[in-house]
Amino acid sequence: MSRSTASDIAAAVRSGATTAAAVLEGHLAAIALREPEIHAFNLVLADAAREHAAAIDAQVAAGDDPGPLTGVTIALKDNMCTRGVDTTCSSKILEGWKPPYNATVVDTLRAAGAVIVGKTNLDEFAMGSSTENSAFGPTKNPHDTSRVPGGSSGGSAAAVAAGFSQVALGSDTGGSIRQPAAHCGVVGVKPTYGYVSRYGLVAFASSLDQIGPFTNSVHDAALLLNVIGGHDPLDSTSIPQQHPSLVDAIQQGVEGLRVGRITDLPEGADPDVQERLEAAFEALREQGATIVDVTVPAFTFGLTAYYLIAPAEASSNLARYDGVRYGMRVDAPDTNAMYGATRAAGFGEEVKRRIMLGTYALSAGYYDAYYGKALKVRRLIHDDFERAYQTADVLLTPTSPTVAFKFGEKSDNPFAMYLCDTYTIPSNLAGHPGMSVPFGTGAHGMPVGVQVLAGTLQEPVMFRVGAALERAVAK
Amino acid sequence: MSDYDGLPGDWELVVGLEVHVELATTTKLFSGSPNRFGDEPNTNIDPVTLGLPGALPVLNEHAVELAMRVGAALNCTIQACTFHRKNYFYPDMPKAYQVSQYDQPLNIDGYLDLPNGVRVGIERAHMEEDAGKSTHVGGSGGRVHGATASLIDLNRAGVPLVEIVSRPDIRSADDARAYVSELRSILLAIGASDAKMEEGSMRVDANVSVRKPGAPLGTRCEIKNVNSVRSVGRAIEYEARRQIDLIESGDSVRQQTRHWDEGDGRTHTMRSKEDADDYRYFLEPDLVPLVPSREWIDRVHAALPMLPAARRTRLAAATGQLATSEAVTSVVERGQDDYVLAVGGTGGDAARALVYVKEAFADSPHVPAADLAALTVLETKGALTATQAKAVLADLVANNGGDAAAIAAAKGFEAMDTSALEGLVDAAIAADPDAWQKFCAGDGKAMGALVGLVMKSSQGKADGKLVTALLNQKKS
Amino acid sequence: MSARISATDVAKVARLARLDVTPAEIELMTLQLGGMLEHFADVDLLDLADVTPMTQPYPLTNVFRADEVRPCLDRDEVLAAAPAAEDGCFRVPPIGGEG
Repeated sequence: MSRSTASDIAAAVRSGATTAAAVLEGHLAAIALREPEIHAFNLVLADAAREHAAAIDAQVAAGDDPGPLTGVTIALKDNMCTRGVDTTCSSKILEGWKPPYNATVVDTLRAAGAVIVGKTNLDEFAMGSSTENSAFGPTKNPHDTSRVPGGSSGGSAAAVAAGFSQVALGSDTGGSIRQPAAHCGVVGVKPTYGYVSRYGLVAFASSLDQIGPFTNSVHDAALLLNVIGGHDPLDSTSIPQQHPSLVDAIQQGVEGLRVGRITDLPEGADPDVQERLEAAFEALREQGATIVDVTVPAFTFGLTAYYLIAPAEASSNLARYDGVRYGMRVDAPDTNAMYGATRAAGFGEEVKRRIMLGTYALSAGYYDAYYGKALKVRRLIHDDFERAYQTADVLLTPTSPTVAFKFGEKSDNPFAMYLCDTYTIPSNLAGHPGMSVPFGTGAHGMPVGVQVLAGTLQEPVMFRVGAALERAVAK
Repeated sequence: MSDYDGLPGDWELVVGLEVHVELATTTKLFSGSPNRFGDEPNTNIDPVTLGLPGALPVLNEHAVELAMRVGAALNCTIQACTFHRKNYFYPDMPKAYQVSQYDQPLNIDGYLDLPNGVRVGIERAHMEEDAGKSTHVGGSGGRVHGATASLIDLNRAGVPLVEIVSRPDIRSADDARAYVSELRSILLAIGASDAKMEEGSMRVDANVSVRKPGAPLGTRCEIKNVNSVRSVGRAIEYEARRQIDLIESGDSVRQQTRHWDEGDGRTHTMRSKEDADDYRYFLEPDLVPLVPSREWIDRVHAALPMLPAARRTRLAAATGQLATSEAVTSVVERGQDDYVLAVGGTGGDAARALVYVKEAFADSPHVPAADLAALTVLETKGALTATQAKAVLADLVANNGGDAAAIAAAKGFEAMDTSALEGLVDAAIAADPDAWQKFCAGDGKAMGALVGLVMKSSQGKADGKLVTALLNQKKS
Repeated sequence: MSARISATDVAKVARLARLDVTPAEIELMTLQLGGMLEHFADVDLLDLADVTPMTQPYPLTNVFRADEVRPCLDRDEVLAAAPAAEDGCFRVPPIGGEG
């Protein structure tokens, strides 16, 4: 069933060939079987989903059209606000918190007829690359449960890989959709910054965060992204224009497209990953694309710029968790003591580390040396990419330097973990879209993802290349 | 009127005022909750106001319009601007940061002219959001000292503010009060705010320092909790003397924030942290730059009503008085200048009208301009003496209008015709030739005797001014 | 290698961020943050004198909303999710303490 596209399912349910209830039961059965082992979810919404599926079936029976995602099951990363339903960001500080409002994407999905199956596990507040930083236990990679699914959207990636839902949503700030997609062998897309509304997405780094799809096919990603994309008056940074159909775009081949190889890409990718990348270039060449060499000199400084900008914004975004209005509170004789004790007890180590780093980078006397400098490096990265896109339509890189690693392998050294995002981070800084497409397996038989990068609002050409890669693998 | 005689010795007072003004919008700065005073706590709330995870701000266009009006009315340059986060923890700050403006504010480099002619520079007038309100329970007098808990109401959180920062150009407590009053008049005239200090829609913080003439600026203290125009003066004068006493006793002024206590008439140190909070300003990533177009700025300027300073100038020109005179400033402050001009416009004497309105119109009676105009004419052509006119005026005020001539007649006021009056003057001259000689020689006191004779012989009906004029005429 | 950040700095930053930290945590963070900042020194090689900072990924200006009332949240629902409430307000310990 996981090989059907979301379009197929929506069509089948709308036509009455199957029911939303039946589709849902299939996924709930998969969850019952493997979820205890995988732990993709913080919360499975079986009852609510059944109710909703029934409602959709009733709509269809009455001759109404519930929308382009009719009956399509979807899992949501647990940092997207769902009204009346726990939204924890996998943190103790929000354990049990039920938002009084929906994220815009949630309203959009419901209006499109999708069935929300549950809230998925993540690295706490989306900070991490393995989902090991969750306060509620890690998620396991469905391909090898001794390995991480990647992060921070590990739960969403695993849910799709394990068939717990047809599709899922994650968020990507430095690679948190693309990297777990690569590790779990699914498609993951981070759209252009501003493509999808951030209203109701719990903020990590405001100028980097974007919501995006996890799917089993490029087609489903195109469909889902088109549904959730678009202007939202509640998000000042959302792009005020209509986006072209991506489903239509992927019908086109890659004949004549220029695919860029970044010759000065930072080294460090494992040989198996490199081999898959080469195979990807070859596959595209076979389908009529031209491979061109480009350089992106500032690419290598992406990690530094990111690990100054993201924690700085995060330190400010996470200051609201103070025990006053919602979430966990540790009582104390006065408010300052309450803040200190609450935040010490409620946040995990990685979150604290980033808050400290970010606070420092913004602090008096250090702004210019750290945050201010990082903003300039960001400009260089953006401009280098723009220059590259004058001679190439897309760029191809590995998504991650390695296949999924074993639990605990990178836990001792935070910086080793940060290196996982070497290839994904720069596009977040530039505001550009990127997608990871599964392209065979590497070491230990684990999935390898190839990353397609493109310029601002160049999703159509990015998806065309992604689809071409997918066709090559299918052969 | 000053409560004090000014600073001792040659000490000079230097004051800058920071005024926070709540804008009169329907909704908050970044969300659609109502901007209303006095509602039940926490009823005007939404995800943005509460700082809920995932909430995002969107800028209220009307708030921008009003903020631009403030800038235009204060002669500022209105410019492209950005928003910054000012990060600090406080329970009435739902996001633990305030969205404000930092190095690129909306309005800069303006000025405000006081009624007495002093020009106070305006450094900037920027936009920012308000915080909620906290009250304290369990302690005494609602203060936090000794309280068992604090209660937070977020109705006010997110209300649009403009912070108006003056340059330290104010040199007296009186001028500080005048600045606040004038600013308030301007805000009301342009409809930007109801500027009620008692409701907190206008809040004044004073930066006060003292120095000897020619010396560099002294260390300043910021005075908070000044809740009325009168307090502005009292607090500044107390603080100035406190600082002078410190310096003169060999001590020095420490830069600090102090709290004005209206009850005991003193400023006190606030329980603040040793080192000032580091606000870690950075550009607000959830908002985009505000770039007002030339057309928008021009429209705002064009739509400004006549401001108090211009009204004073206009009224002064129409009545032959100084713009800084008590009569002109108080009548404009009361908003009665248009009325005085209307009296002039319907054939009356604007200068007389100004006097009448200043003296008798404090409670804003509804006397039709034409009725008052008629009275001024009676007085200026000599049909009524000043005293008589005053009596008729009282009648007009009490009855919201009337026929001045008829009222005068009813009171038995008659016009004394000029030739009869001249006859009385000649008779007085003849009766007291001594006084006449002295008067002709330039003795002013002698005139008094002659006028007195005429008043007596006319049984008080003669117009003193006319008598004087006639005497002067005959002298030459 | 000179320390990029001192334990005193770390303690000060923890206070700014309202995070209670134990002496052991300060020691560990001083090491870890110092190590990271050492890595981040790679950008010191770049000539950034003429580079304008990039603050917006997508260049938008003048995004507004109309000054119209939108439905508010229900106070009871919101206060029910609060750690403590009294008289329609959020209740906290007395405001103050060491910042």
